[in-house]
Amino acid sequence: MPFTSLCEWSRRLSAGEISAVELARLYLERVARYNGRLNAFVHHDEEAILEQAAASDAHRAKHGARALEGLPIAIKDIFCTREGPTQCCSNILRGYQAPYDAHVITLLKEAGAVLFGKTNMDEFAMGSSNETSAFGPCRNPWDAERIPGGSSGGSACAVAAGLAPAALGTDTGGSIRQPASLCGITGLKPTYGRVSRRGIIAFASSLDQAGPMTRSVEDAALLASVLCGHDPADATSVSNVPQIDWKAAVGRQDLKGVRIGRPREYFSEGMDAGVLGCVERALECCQGLGAEIVDISLPHTEAAVATYYVIAPSEASANLARYDGVRFGHRCEQPRDLLDLYTRTRDEGFGPEVKRRILTGTFALSSGYYDAYYLKAQKVRTLIRQDFLRAFEQVDVIATPTSPVTAFRIGEKTNDPLTMYLADVFTIAVNLAGLPALSQPCGFVDGLPVGLQWIAPAWREDRLLSAAAAYEKATDWLSRTPELEAMA
Amino acid sequence: MRPSSDRGFDAMNVDVMKVAMLARIRLTKDEADELGPQLNKILAYVDKLSGIDTEDVPPTAHPHDVAMPLRADVVSNGNRRDELLAPAPEVENGLYVVPKVIE
Repeated sequence: MPFTSLCEWSRRLSAGEISAVELARLYLERVARYNGRLNAFVHHDEEAILEQAAASDAHRAKHGARALEGLPIAIKDIFCTREGPTQCCSNILRGYQAPYDAHVITLLKEAGAVLFGKTNMDEFAMGSSNETSAFGPCRNPWDAERIPGGSSGGSACAVAAGLAPAALGTDTGGSIRQPASLCGITGLKPTYGRVSRRGIIAFASSLDQAGPMTRSVEDAALLASVLCGHDPADATSVSNVPQIDWKAAVGRQDLKGVRIGRPREYFSEGMDAGVLGCVERALECCQGLGAEIVDISLPHTEAAVATYYVIAPSEASANLARYDGVRFGHRCEQPRDLLDLYTRTRDEGFGPEVKRRILTGTFALSSGYYDAYYLKAQKVRTLIRQDFLRAFEQVDVIATPTSPVTAFRIGEKTNDPLTMYLADVFTIAVNLAGLPALSQPCGFVDGLPVGLQWIAPAWREDRLLSAAAAYEKATDWLSRTPELEAMA
Repeated sequence: MRPSSDRGFDAMNVDVMKVAMLARIRLTKDEADELGPQLNKILAYVDKLSGIDTEDVPPTAHPHDVAMPLRADVVSNGNRRDELLAPAPEVENGLYVVPKVIE
């Protein structure tokens, strides 16, 4: 039951087999039983959830069902919500109550969804393991000694463990796809500009994008159909672009004649042999379904991590300047003067990873270094974009591993920030190029899930969904669920 | 700290306390001892960008070639002063309170 897909719940709700209140209770019981150990949720208000569910049942009875009527959706702690705290898992925002809803939260509410608590994440979405959270690490439901990935670790964990049927995440350098991969679920990062960023706490403005984290590809399409669309109040939300028929894209499920690019730089020797094997077998499966595998090259792949770790921290250092102890969030006790107020508030409020990134970005933007760091990285970013544009002259979609490794142990990489940064090597270039990408389960190594990443040209999410739905139909990875009894 | 040369930038010994002051973060000595070497290691890693030829390559600020949209300049959100001041640590007469700036 808890591993039922969002679309299946929607059908059962419409058929009157279950009510929204009963559905919410089912997941609330799961949260009560397993969240103590997993730490997927950092805020969960049972009363507020049941109230929304009851309102949804009433709406269905009176006016009929909307797109997400009665479906519980877990929300990453980075989305501003009027109800409950929005803390970005940082001490500097502890107890912060947002005065407005993020645009996508408004869309969820208008579609009849039940906002099902706030999920754990790396502080300000800066991390690949969920270990930088001010509320403690979230655990991987497949092995509680391991990380769920990050930064949307709590959202991935909640869906993988059946504590919620779906969740919202955000992806700046892989934060939807990498935890989806490590927890064995589906995660979609739409094209940059497809989803409004208004009310999503900013990390790196030219890279951030929100998207669905779900069990099935069909579920991802359902949620995406509600989240995507132009928002006039976000200047980076794009209006004149091809719209997607989400249902048709999933329904196509066809790989016949589809040219799948296999970039040699993503199948390098450095990666885990088990992970490589799973992804190679997935490509063979797609070939069996009629796809053509084309060897391609994305020559600037190796520069992506360095480019990202100049651009993302630079934008973060500017975005996080607003946490100054004046308008919201933490303020230090008895400041001597204004400078003391700023510097002590920020030292107390930010954790070590956030400080590292602010310092890196501050340096890269500082006088005398801007051209050598930020401008240089922006130029290399152009080369990375051009690599993809050239590749898509030859192929329809690109397939790669999502992560070079399966979930690592909690604490394994915390002492060396740079090693942690390199874990993002296969997801980062997609953000730099602003492309849509999707991660879906494609096997297991020693009981830990492996993810397959699909990348499409800008605005062509339909290609991701068609390919991923075809692969999903041909395999049965979704039927595997983690054994949680020991975590109760 | 020395400025970058024409052929790129070398790994350098960045003064973490100076950068932290620019970022308005007061680091304790222990924090500086830990973050300083980490910062230098990260900068040494991103130094690999200096080896890439970017002659005549334009910079990317936005991933798509789209023009910045404009909208009509109309009031849309009304007076929400009290609501927006509510999250502030200290407020008086509808104003944010900070320590005295001018002696």
